[in-house]
Amino acid sequence: MPKIKIDGVEMEVPAGITILQACELAGLEIPRFCYHERLSIAGNCRMCLVEVKPGPPKPQASCALPVADKQEIFTTTPMVQKARRGVMEFLLINHPLDCPICDQGGECDLQDQAMGYGFDRSRYHENKRAVPDKELGPLVKTSMNRCIHCTRCIRFATEVAGTEELGATGRGESMEVTTYVEHALTSELSGNLVDLCPVGALTSKPYAFEARSWELTKTESVDVMDALGSNIRVDTRGAQVMRVLPRLNDDVNEEWISDKTRHAIDGLRYQRLDRPYVRKGGKLVEATWDQAFTAIAEKLGKLEGAKIAAIAGDQCDAESMVALKDLMAGLGSPNIDCRQDGARLEGGPRGSYIFNAGIRGIDQADAILLVGTNPRWEAPVLNARIRKRYLHGRCAIGGIGLIDDLSYPVERLGMGPASLRELVDGKLGFFEKLKAGKNPLIILGMGALARPDGAAVLALARELADKLGAVRDDWNGFAVLHTAAARVGGLDLGLVPGEGGRDVEGILAGCEKGEIAAVYLLAADEIATKRLGKAFVIYQGHHGDAGANRADVVLPGAAYTEKPGAYVNTEGRMQLARRAAYPPGDAREDWAILRALSDRLGKTLPYDTLEQVRERLVCVNKSFAAIDQQQAGGWGTFGASGPLGDAMFASPIANFYMTCAISRSSRTMAECIASREEFAQRYLARARRMG
Amino acid sequence: MITADPMDVPYVEEFRFLPEYLEKAKALIANYPPGRQASAVIGVLDLVQRQEGWLSRTAMDEVAKLLDMAPIRVYEIATFYTMFQLKPKGKYLLQVCTTTPCWLRGSDAIMKACEHAADGKTFSVQEVECLGACVNAPVVQINDDFYEDLDEASLQKVLDAFRRGETPKPGPQVDRQTSAPEGGPTTLRSE
Repeated sequence: MPKIKIDGVEMEVPAGITILQACELAGLEIPRFCYHERLSIAGNCRMCLVEVKPGPPKPQASCALPVADKQEIFTTTPMVQKARRGVMEFLLINHPLDCPICDQGGECDLQDQAMGYGFDRSRYHENKRAVPDKELGPLVKTSMNRCIHCTRCIRFATEVAGTEELGATGRGESMEVTTYVEHALTSELSGNLVDLCPVGALTSKPYAFEARSWELTKTESVDVMDALGSNIRVDTRGAQVMRVLPRLNDDVNEEWISDKTRHAIDGLRYQRLDRPYVRKGGKLVEATWDQAFTAIAEKLGKLEGAKIAAIAGDQCDAESMVALKDLMAGLGSPNIDCRQDGARLEGGPRGSYIFNAGIRGIDQADAILLVGTNPRWEAPVLNARIRKRYLHGRCAIGGIGLIDDLSYPVERLGMGPASLRELVDGKLGFFEKLKAGKNPLIILGMGALARPDGAAVLALARELADKLGAVRDDWNGFAVLHTAAARVGGLDLGLVPGEGGRDVEGILAGCEKGEIAAVYLLAADEIATKRLGKAFVIYQGHHGDAGANRADVVLPGAAYTEKPGAYVNTEGRMQLARRAAYPPGDAREDWAILRALSDRLGKTLPYDTLEQVRERLVCVNKSFAAIDQQQAGGWGTFGASGPLGDAMFASPIANFYMTCAISRSSRTMAECIASREEFAQRYLARARRMG
Repeated sequence: MITADPMDVPYVEEFRFLPEYLEKAKALIANYPPGRQASAVIGVLDLVQRQEGWLSRTAMDEVAKLLDMAPIRVYEIATFYTMFQLKPKGKYLLQVCTTTPCWLRGSDAIMKACEHAADGKTFSVQEVECLGACVNAPVVQINDDFYEDLDEASLQKVLDAFRRGETPKPGPQVDRQTSAPEGGPTTLRSE
C-alpha cells in the first residue's frame, strides 16, 4: 500500500488507484467533467488538475495519474487554483451563457464548478463557436453549443450500452459529438446519457422546459417496468410525475435505468381510471364506489367459491396481492394465479424461481448460459451488467433460443429444448466451458418457462445446475430472469392455484365453458380477454387497457408511483416503493379497495392499516421482513419431468417499449417505436433525392 | 468546416474494392496481430480514396465491415484527418499552400488561378497549411506530387499538361535542382 501525503496529511491508500480517487478517500473534492467512475478514463477536460511532487513543475490531471509511494499531492496551492481557473475560463469560451433557459440549470456541473473554481468574468471577446444540434431520437434533446467535449456520452454508449453510435468527428475547434449519420440512438439505456452529461448539451426531450429541478418534490422509490426493481427517484410537481431518475444501488441497477423506466411515465397521465364504472346495457357507466361494490356483491354473493377466479397482474404490489389472496380464500376460491404469461413456476422452493446469484453475482460469474431470454429487452440494465462482465474478459457466454444482438457476443448453442437436453447430457462443447468455470451462471428466461413444457425445461435446467455444481454454499448459479415486477412477490405469497384450483389457462378455459362465472382481474391486462366469455369480470387497476375494456365493474386503483408498495425483484430482494403523488379522482390504494370490498362481501379482511398489511405479508412469507436485502432461496427438487416440445425458445417481449398498461399509454414510448423506422426511411428518401 | 455533413454529399449505392486494392488492404491488415485489424483503418481508407477519389459513407461502412469495427469509429478517423476527402473531388486535387512563405512569394495569384481552373471534374482546389517546402515557395500539391517555384505562367503550363492527360515533371518549375540555387550551385564549386 503506497503511502502518500495529500495537502500535508499522510495516508495509506490501496495500490493502483488514481490520485483523484485517493483525494476522494481523503474527503477532498476534486472538480471534474470527463472523469466518471463507471467509465474509462479519458483525461481530456483537465479540470481535475493537482500539483504532484515529485514530478514535472506543472499541474497534473489527477484522474489519469496512478498513486505512487512517497508522493506529495497538493490540491489547494496557488498553482492548482490558477490552473483550475484557467481551465474553467477555456471551457467557458465557447459555452453559451444561456443558463436561464437551459434545462440543466440548477443541476449543472459546469454551473456549480464555475461558481466554485472559476474566474468571475471572461476575457474572450471573439465570437463563440456555433455547432448544429443533432437529432438523437425522441428521448435525448441536444443543444450542442453547450457541449464541452468531455466524451462521457461517447464512452457510455461504447462501453456500458454497447451500441457504438456516438463519436467525435472533426478535430480542434471543429470537433463535434455526433452520430455522423443522423439516426435515433438504438440503445435501451439512452436516457442515461442525459444524466451523464455534465452540462446541458444532452437533456431529456420529453421533459424539455417542463420544470426546474428545485421546484420538484423528490421521492425515493422502486421501478416496476421490469423485474429488476431498479432504484429510482420520482420527481413530482403537484400530482404530476415530471420525471424519473436513477438512484445509486450497486446491488441492483448501479446508476443506470432503462428508457422505459425513465420515460414511460407520461403514460401515467393518459387513459387513467379515475372513478368506478359499472356496465349497464353493454356500456360502462360512471358509478360511485357504493354502486360498484353493490354490483359486485350482488353477483359474487350468489356464487360458490369454485366458480370465482382471480388473476393478479404484472405490476401489482405485494400488499394488494396478499389482500386478493386472502379475499379469495374468504370466498372459498382456489382459482388464483399471478402468472399471466403461464410461466410454469410453482410455489416450490424459493430457489426455483429467483435469480439466486443476485445481480451483483453476474460480476463473479465466469461462464454464462442464457436460456430462452433476451435480457436486452427484458431487463436492459441487467444486460449492461452482463456486458460489463464480458468486457472484463474470461467469461464464456452461450445462449439457447432466439438471441438477438445483446451488445456482447453470444455463442449460439441451439434453438429449443432439444439443445438444452444435449447440453445437459454433455454433448455440446459449451458444457465443458460451463464446467470449467468456478461460478457458472444459468439464466433462465420466461421464454423457456412460459410454455406448455415449461416445467420440464425447469427440471432440465435444475439438472444442469446440479451437474455443474452451480449450487453450492458460496455460489448459486441458478437464476430465473422474470419479466414481471410482481411475479416473485406473487410466488412468495403463494398466488398460485390452491388444491384443485385453476391456473390462468384453466381460468380462461373455464370462462369459455361457463364453469367460471366471475373473474377478478387485479390490474391484469396481458391475458386473452376475449376468452373471458360470459364471465362477470371485475377489473381493478389504474389504466383503461384491455382488462378494463372487457370488465363489467371497474374499480380505479393506483399506479406504482401513487401508493406505498412492496415489490420483490427477480433476485428476491424486497424493496419498498413510496407514494410520490396521489391517484387521480376517486382512485384508491389497491389493498384498501380490496379491504373495503371484503367488508361489503361479508368476508372482512383482518387489517385496517398499511402496517397491518405488511405484518400479514411477513406472516405469509418471512422474506418480506428483510427490506432491501436479497433473501437466499431454498433448493430442492422442482420442475416436472415430461415431454419436451419442439418449439424454439423466444423471449415473450416482442416490443421493448410497450409491455404494460402504463407504457402502452405512453406517447413517448410510441414515439420511440416510430422513430427507429422513421430515421431509416428519412435517410433513404434523402439519399434518393441526392441521387 | 472540415467535416462534411453526410447529408450534403451524393449517395453512393455501392462500394466494392477493386481486386488489386483489396489485396493491398489485406496486406495492410496482415501487418497487425489477429484481432487488431482495426489498426489498419487509416491505410485502408487511403486505399479507398486512391480507388474512388473520395470517401463516401457507403465506402466507409464497407471499411468498417472489413475491419470489424463500428462505422462511427471509421467516420471519426476520416473526419479527423484533413487529407481524407469526404466530398467527391476532381481527378486532380490542387492543394495550394497559403502559409506565410508561399504567400510572400505570390500564392494569392496561384490560388486565384487554381480556383479559376477548378471545375470539379478535372481539378478541385483546396487551401492547405504549410506543405513543408517553403524553400521552393509557392507550392501546389497535385495529388501525390509537389509542383514548386510556381508562377501563374508555369502553373498554367502544368495545368494544361494535366488537361491533356500528361503528367508534368514534379518538383521545381524553374531551372533548379530540388532546392539548390537557380542556375546551378553558387558555393562549393572548387574541385
